[in-house]
Amino acid sequence: MAERYSSFQAGGRRWLWQRITAAFLVVVLAFHFFLLHFVHHADEVTFAMSQGRMQELTYFSLMILFLLTATFHGVNGVYNALINQGLTGTRKTAAKLVLGVASAVVIVQGVRTALAWAGGVPL
Amino acid sequence: MSQSYNRGLIEDFGRWREFSAGMWAWVFHKFTGWVLVGYLFTHIAVLSTALQSPDAYTTTIQTLEGLLVVRILEVGLLAVAVFHILNGLRLLFVDLGVGLESQDKSFYASLLLTGAIVVASVPTFLAGVFG
Repeated sequence: MAERYSSFQAGGRRWLWQRITAAFLVVVLAFHFFLLHFVHHADEVTFAMSQGRMQELTYFSLMILFLLTATFHGVNGVYNALINQGLTGTRKTAAKLVLGVASAVVIVQGVRTALAWAGGVPL
Repeated sequence: MSQSYNRGLIEDFGRWREFSAGMWAWVFHKFTGWVLVGYLFTHIAVLSTALQSPDAYTTTIQTLEGLLVVRILEVGLLAVAVFHILNGLRLLFVDLGVGLESQDKSFYASLLLTGAIVVASVPTFLAGVFG
């Protein structure tokens, strides 16, 4: 029988979502860096410029999806790294809870900020 | 006949002398991942100044961008992000079973390309910070 090397739970789908979000993030993270450092320059940033971009539904939706996928991918990666370090039992449950709450906080704060820029959902 | 053996703790960095290219790629991917997730939380916190007022946001970003240390940290962030992206692409191919026999070479290529992109980006990242 072949050795099973994966750190993901057998039968789970988190490994698949980690890869689906990875494929999305490879493109969007590169786009984000390119747009905000090479097309625009970081020291030229103003609220009005961010607002102008966020008031476009396409950009707004992309950034919300970016926030959701990056948070999932990052936090799921941290969780797997902790499991690889040998975390089990109560400590594993505690890590899951803390990371879940941290994810919720960063997503809520990110969405609130996006809404502040756009002045509501730009429909 | 099947055989099993004890691989020990996966992230036992005390075994670093035994690491091959693939293991170093794995370690670097973990390290850059930790940096990026840490940055995600910091990034959202800084951007949240937009919730106070438009002026608070603009002033915060422009003050931070006026600091040389922030620009240098941004170059570091670029290095970390580019490596994570390139090695992430490599991992997606490895997962699909594509180019397995060249996985060590693709790791070295990821490192070289990261270095080239970062060096070429330094002028853009430091533009305007010296007054």
